[in-house]
Amino acid sequence: MMSKALSGKEIENLLKGEFKSSIESAGEDFIYIQNNESECIKIFTFLKDSKKFDLLNSVTSVDFIDHFCVVYRLTSITQNETAVIKIRCGEGRDNPTVSSVCSVWRGAELQEREIYDLMGILFTGHPNMKRLLLWENFEGHPLRKDFVS
Amino acid sequence: MTSELVTMNIGPIHPSTHGVFRMRVTFDGETIVDAEPVIGYLHRGSEKLAEERTYVQVVTLTDRMDYTASMTNNQAYILSVEKLSNITPSNRGVWLRMIAAELQRIAAHSVATGFLINDLGAWHTPLLYLLREREKILELFEMMCGARITNSYLRPGGVFMDAPDEFWPSLNRFLDEMPGRIDDIENLLTGNEIVLVRTQNVATVTKEQAINASITGPMLRASGVDWDLRHRNPYDFYSQVSFRRPMGTVGDNNDRYLVRINEIRESLKIIEQCIDMIEPGPVIPKEVPFLVRPPNGESYVPIEAPKGELGFYLVSDGGIAPFRCHVRAPSLINLTLLRDMVIGYKIADLFVTFGSIDVNMGEVDR
Repeated sequence: MMSKALSGKEIENLLKGEFKSSIESAGEDFIYIQNNESECIKIFTFLKDSKKFDLLNSVTSVDFIDHFCVVYRLTSITQNETAVIKIRCGEGRDNPTVSSVCSVWRGAELQEREIYDLMGILFTGHPNMKRLLLWENFEGHPLRKDFVS
Repeated sequence: MTSELVTMNIGPIHPSTHGVFRMRVTFDGETIVDAEPVIGYLHRGSEKLAEERTYVQVVTLTDRMDYTASMTNNQAYILSVEKLSNITPSNRGVWLRMIAAELQRIAAHSVATGFLINDLGAWHTPLLYLLREREKILELFEMMCGARITNSYLRPGGVFMDAPDEFWPSLNRFLDEMPGRIDDIENLLTGNEIVLVRTQNVATVTKEQAINASITGPMLRASGVDWDLRHRNPYDFYSQVSFRRPMGTVGDNNDRYLVRINEIRESLKIIEQCIDMIEPGPVIPKEVPFLVRPPNGESYVPIEAPKGELGFYLVSDGGIAPFRCHVRAPSLINLTLLRDMVIGYKIADLFVTFGSIDVNMGEVDR
């Protein structure tokens, strides 16, 4: 029994009813939603409560040089389905900010702190937004492409 | 009577923190009222280092994440690389890495159980019994690939060398002996009154709590959720083998211990089935290039590592090194609930609970 990875179209269909205006574009097996703080939380709450995506596998981030991308990977344990949601942020590399999903899934707590630490993306509404792995007065964010190691 | 709260640092250098882990714990007398994990003492920047190495070189970095389970780390990474670059592995290579992964699961669970019991105060006897069995697995690994802990055994397409002829009789001897050894351990521990009193109904985690906090692996199954990626989303040839999925009911420290012990037995059965089905042939297809250069794209293949869901999120820009390599580390994410689990319990329960989560600092900090 393989778990089913929802295609971008299928995720779009899940969200089309209530959140049509928040969908940015659908990829092959992921969907981009707009970086609107209150809408994002509504979308994630909807996916968790109404669409049974109860497990947040991981939150991670990628530095695409002209923008940053935050990637959410969700699993529905009952339906054995997975979905990938992406949010673009920090166009022009200035102040990348997205809203924290800690209030929806507690599992994001340490992962969002790690992203803030290593990639420098700020999560608004996070209960304890400080560095996780590096020390407090460390300068820069090592996983950014302009950080020379 | 009221008493003054005392805040104490436990670790990073402490025999029961399984590495360099620090907890800032506030006590009211002996009772824990607050706990905060402080991590990062073993941070080596593996994700950044991966961006400067070729796809095959990164295999050596994965060994050093969860260093009690190198084979499964290799497996998670290699599966992701194979998906990214459309490589079909050879059959014998896949069977060999399944045998390696299940042996590794037995070794990792032995370490976890041994140190858990050690933290309980059963000073070294059960731990050394279990480490003795782990040593036999490390010897089997030495036969397979020449290394004991940092194996780097897997390659895109399979494994880098076949197991020698003398490996198979040794493996069979291990499979014959191991069930008896587990019985010995269980005779010592499972019904032991001290173990029961100290672990039952301590630090319980409910189903809902566990799922909401992204807990995976034996810890999630101990809370009664039937979620094993080898069964729910089979990778390699796990769809061709049959095994039971041990589960707990209340999600306390005792359930977490029992799930691991029973998973060792199931892993032995899986290895036996692998030995029956493995056939001669190449361990890696000839057409796989040494320098893998995947096309633009991204991949993520989660596997059931001994500690939970482990997956490598790889993004490729068409170059010889990953553009981004993120590790979904089960040890780190399983720590999310630590604070909730220990509050209200005594200082003596702190390490038992920490041991029952089974984290590896190499993987927490990366």
